[in-house]
Amino acid sequence: MSTTTKDKRSAARMLGRLVRRAETGSFLGMVVVYIFFAALGGRVFLGAPGFSSWLNTAAEVGIVALAVGLLIIAGELDLSVGSVIPASSLTVAIVSSHYGAPEIIGILAGLVVGLMVGFVNGFLVTRTSIPSLIVTIGTMFGVMGLTLGFTVLIAGSTGVFIVPDPVTKALLGQFVGGMFQVTMFWWAAFIVIVFYLLHVSPYGNWIYALGGDRESARNAGIPTRKLTIGLFMLSGFAAAFVGVGQVLTYQSAQVLTGQAFIFNSIMCVVIGGVLLTGGAGSVIGIVLGTLTFSIVNQGIFFSGLDPNIGSVIIGALLLIAVLSNDSFRKTALSFAAKKAP
Amino acid sequence: MAPIIPVLELRDVEKSFGPIDVLHEISLKVHEGEVLCLLGDNGAGKSTLIKILAGVHKPTSGTILMDGKPVEFDRPRDAADRGIATLHQFGGTFPLMSIGRSFFVGVEPQKKWGPFTVFDRKKANEIAVKAVRDFGITRIDDGDRLVGGLSGGERQSIAIARAVYFGARVLILDEPTAALGVKQAAHVLRIVNETKQRGLAVIFITHQVMHALAVGDHFAVLIRGAVAADFRKGDKTREEITDLMAGGESMADLEAELEGYAQNQEERPPSLGHT
Repeated sequence: MSTTTKDKRSAARMLGRLVRRAETGSFLGMVVVYIFFAALGGRVFLGAPGFSSWLNTAAEVGIVALAVGLLIIAGELDLSVGSVIPASSLTVAIVSSHYGAPEIIGILAGLVVGLMVGFVNGFLVTRTSIPSLIVTIGTMFGVMGLTLGFTVLIAGSTGVFIVPDPVTKALLGQFVGGMFQVTMFWWAAFIVIVFYLLHVSPYGNWIYALGGDRESARNAGIPTRKLTIGLFMLSGFAAAFVGVGQVLTYQSAQVLTGQAFIFNSIMCVVIGGVLLTGGAGSVIGIVLGTLTFSIVNQGIFFSGLDPNIGSVIIGALLLIAVLSNDSFRKTALSFAAKKAP
Repeated sequence: MAPIIPVLELRDVEKSFGPIDVLHEISLKVHEGEVLCLLGDNGAGKSTLIKILAGVHKPTSGTILMDGKPVEFDRPRDAADRGIATLHQFGGTFPLMSIGRSFFVGVEPQKKWGPFTVFDRKKANEIAVKAVRDFGITRIDDGDRLVGGLSGGERQSIAIARAVYFGARVLILDEPTAALGVKQAAHVLRIVNETKQRGLAVIFITHQVMHALAVGDHFAVLIRGAVAADFRKGDKTREEITDLMAGGESMADLEAELEGYAQNQEERPPSLGHT
């Protein structure tokens, strides 16, 4: 075999592999959605206001989606993120504003709340046979109740205000150029870290194996309990981080914010080609899914369409994504059969 | 010939779950470079026996010996550490992982990139593909392919190659040919033979007598949790073994009975599988 034919064949194989990747579908979906709203929304949507509005949305939900995505790849779900976000926001506001502690203490306390909820989730999921869906619904309501109770008890109302000092504000809650939330740089950092975890480090292999078959993963010597607890703590941390960013950006914390993140994060992950049953998915896919979701979510306001249509589009996208994930998986699995001998 | 001390030996192993006795006085031996075929109908206790060998269950009484010394397995990991590899019917359990990745689950080859630990994908793929090709599976040349895209026989082959690569001494194959077509099964049987030649002890669980006879050196038939027969290659014919597995009820009698039934019917007789 000459080198050129070999090159050609490997190039064809690369192309074949690219087409068979679930992310290709997510990318196409994103392009279609963007063109659609660009056509309707016109110059405003294409300009900085449009960009900043969907990137801001993407950054917040994206941080949560990355961590929730890892959990879904590992075969678990986390719905408690919806109440961890307000819990950490209020912790920051109460510790630093109500009690007047230094902001760094408040921020650390907020992040610790997320880690603790994550630990409880992971602990319950690994020590009992209760599915993570139920466990995290339980902790979601538990955390919500505790947040509401303590906030009313301590602050006497369901919202707490905070005026952050300029440094913390600049790092975590600033609008760059009056439009772009600083959170998007943190999102970028999260993308790099989670990409390293899943695709570069050996731990990624453990996560895929865990989602593929828990029993076999354990038999192969993977510390499945520790890994599961760690992943839940990561998602708790990510949600708490978003909560901290929110309170510093909007300078107030309310008890009942964050519920939208529960399904939005899962939708971003699934639109991004992650298999809901675990074992397959990628960081690039999750990022593309997040962007697609945010473009629809914000684009609708620029398009002049009834905002309710946006929900319909997102719902349809989700169904299409799940269907195409399934067929992408099938083609990926049948790759072997078609290959020339 | 086989050395005198067996690699793995069971002595009077019994297992009961509460009041239910599943295994009675099981004594078996398997030597290096030997295939022990464990035959038995469904419910004969094969799975329980495998789980005891794999460290999933502990025997209620009796001892397990490796190289003549008693051992205890508290968990599957203990058995694996001593070189007992158990493979299940469908081989690769991670259909959505690549060959290279699934080959090295839990023992990933690593390299350093600055302060970061990196999964060495290239090395993983190379080793995995080479290990499989050494067993004669030349169709596999790309470690990035998903395990789920391979045929059942190829998956079994990878699983066996993996166990051998990681230094297994005893290979337990749980019905490796049950879900396979004739050609694929022959493939797996050839690999079992190759494994034996490399000096591993193989415990081959099946209820397909033909497959057992093709590779086995030593046979044990389990009936209702007890070893009903223990014999070496050439001691018994296929018919005798099939009869034994059916619980002493003669297959020939059954065939005659079915033929009598067929003659009394207008329709086509039920086809008899001559396996």
